[in-house]
Amino acid sequence: MSGREAILGRLKRRLAREGDLEAARAGEVMRRLEEAPAGIVPARGQLPDRERVALFERMAEAVQASVEHVPRMADVPKAIAAQLRERNLPAAVRIGADESLAAMPWEKAAPMEVRHGPSDGKDLAAVSHALAGIAETGTLVLASGADNPTTLNFLPDLHVIVIEAADIDGDMEAVLARIRAKFGKGLMPRALNMVAGPSRSADIEQTLILGAHGPRALHVVIVDG
Amino acid sequence: MQMRSPRFRENAREALDNAQLQRALTNVETNFVGKRQAATDALPEFEALRDKARDIKNHTLEHLDLYLEAYEKKVSEAGGHVHWAETAEDARNIILRICRQANAKTVTKGKSIVSEEIGLNEHLSANGIQPVETDLGEYIIQLRGEAPSHIIAPAVHVNKSEVETEFRRAHTHLDPNRNLDEPTTLLNEARAILRQKYFDAEVGITGANFLIAETGSSVIVTNEGNGDLTQTLGKVHIVLATLEKVTPTLEDVSQILRVLARSATGQDTSVYTTFSTGPRRPGDPDGPEEYHVVLLDNGRSSMLGGDYQDMLRCIRCGACMNHCPVYHAIGGHAYGWVYPGPMGAVLTPSLTSIDQAGHLPNASTFCGRCESVCPMRIPLPKMMRHWREREFERHLQPASTRFGLGLWAFFARRPALYRAATGLMIRTLGLAGRRRGRFAAMPLASGWTKYRDLPAPEGRTFQQMWAERKDAA
Repeated sequence: MSGREAILGRLKRRLAREGDLEAARAGEVMRRLEEAPAGIVPARGQLPDRERVALFERMAEAVQASVEHVPRMADVPKAIAAQLRERNLPAAVRIGADESLAAMPWEKAAPMEVRHGPSDGKDLAAVSHALAGIAETGTLVLASGADNPTTLNFLPDLHVIVIEAADIDGDMEAVLARIRAKFGKGLMPRALNMVAGPSRSADIEQTLILGAHGPRALHVVIVDG
Repeated sequence: MQMRSPRFRENAREALDNAQLQRALTNVETNFVGKRQAATDALPEFEALRDKARDIKNHTLEHLDLYLEAYEKKVSEAGGHVHWAETAEDARNIILRICRQANAKTVTKGKSIVSEEIGLNEHLSANGIQPVETDLGEYIIQLRGEAPSHIIAPAVHVNKSEVETEFRRAHTHLDPNRNLDEPTTLLNEARAILRQKYFDAEVGITGANFLIAETGSSVIVTNEGNGDLTQTLGKVHIVLATLEKVTPTLEDVSQILRVLARSATGQDTSVYTTFSTGPRRPGDPDGPEEYHVVLLDNGRSSMLGGDYQDMLRCIRCGACMNHCPVYHAIGGHAYGWVYPGPMGAVLTPSLTSIDQAGHLPNASTFCGRCESVCPMRIPLPKMMRHWREREFERHLQPASTRFGLGLWAFFARRPALYRAATGLMIRTLGLAGRRRGRFAAMPLASGWTKYRDLPAPEGRTFQQMWAERKDAA
């Protein structure tokens, strides 16, 4: 007998009910998977637009991300160039195939080298476009794929995440609704990364140090327009 | 790993005498407790979320077979493979087979306590595959050849200078005169070395905090990002998880995530919460080419429907040990296996046997702090008491303990005799201890007085005082 049959057999012997009750059990499970009922959603994130973005900013800064606002997408490259100068990093970024990022006037930030595709581990800075933000915890949500390759989220020293203010939701449940709308019910991108602040460790004598294995710094650019 | 729980008493004595360990343990109490309190105080819905989290897991356990089947179907649809492992040995063999098929020489690992439970590293090493732990704490203890002493802070027992010693011993290609005084320098050294390992490894193995039936996703929460590099850069990603990790929907996971990080480290959320669903897709420029899930039973299915089913709600946050006076005193290694503290005291006898782990449920003062902070509201003290009863029924305790309890039971069943005997004893002890208020030694009580004084009674028993108060009222 295979491991699968043995394990499921044991579980069923302990859980299965007679006739109708067993059918009811299956119905209950199907219903929950279909309806995915929301639980308790904290009041913290239930705010009007402006306050919600302000909460997102406050929570992101509380977990050591830096945050700035720009009026329009077209202003992003110059803001990123300024960040790289301030951090003494070379004027070079890695981006994926994301349309919004590709359409930006990178020439305005010259001399800036823009590399495309996944990271090979040699990039010092990368730029991603977030699918959504969660104000409740200052979290950014990124989906894998050619547009925003997952390696960009973890390999560079500086990770810049661009997010439009309208994509900042109050809570995780609102983001889950967005994901279902984009990918379909019961479907997910290969990797969905929720990121709150730069990488860190407290494994040596409980001393908190930033930059454990992932980015040493996380910079968030909120596009207000 | 080798089971050292039967010699718990000796382990505990050695831990109490270990000055370095005692210094390190003060970090547990001072850091974790205050941070958890601050994080939970800041979320008014926290207590209601605990109820919700408990209800979600209870519901899932009642239908565990059906949710596992639904989960398996979704994993397959996403192009992943589910492997069912009844025992630790089955899981080790399945993982070794996948590694061999990938021609793996090096395997990176995100933190997985279940992999400690099945002794995976030893098995891979013995078969010529080098396992590399990438979580900083796990990396440190792997170099030291030790087991974790805490489920979320595996190297909490190690101090900075010991890490330095270990790094100088292991990283011999680096300048022996380099300065390693600061924790930051130590971290940067480990970061540089492990960065290369992620690229070298053919296979990355992680655990899972959740498996989602609705989508076929596995979820890991980390702060370092090591789990993500492990599972993104290898050709093959293997997820090792136990049956009870399955959770119905994304919304259900959201509920439990809100109590997990707050209970564990006092964070509102971990830095990285990653949902992985199947292997690399057409057009994907990165991610693993194969995605495997090894679903391990190893004793869980036998806990279902029994006295210890509630333990299957555990989400491994570590809050119970962070708040345990016994853990604070002796640390995690004394418990002698993978799972320390109150959760270990319940889980270890369930997964091994009460004959081997009988001391663990006795290592409790029943102060109840573990249950009061458990995000899943697991009745840990009640279950430890169950184990004590079983141990007593099976005559596993020493003759002297059984004789003492038998003597007490003789008197307890005869209330008049009990009152007379205790009244006389308390009066006598009260008189004898009148001057100093305590005893430094006492016949038959050396087990107590060897380590601390026994306070002298004040002349009357509780029952006498109770009766007086009732009369006065």
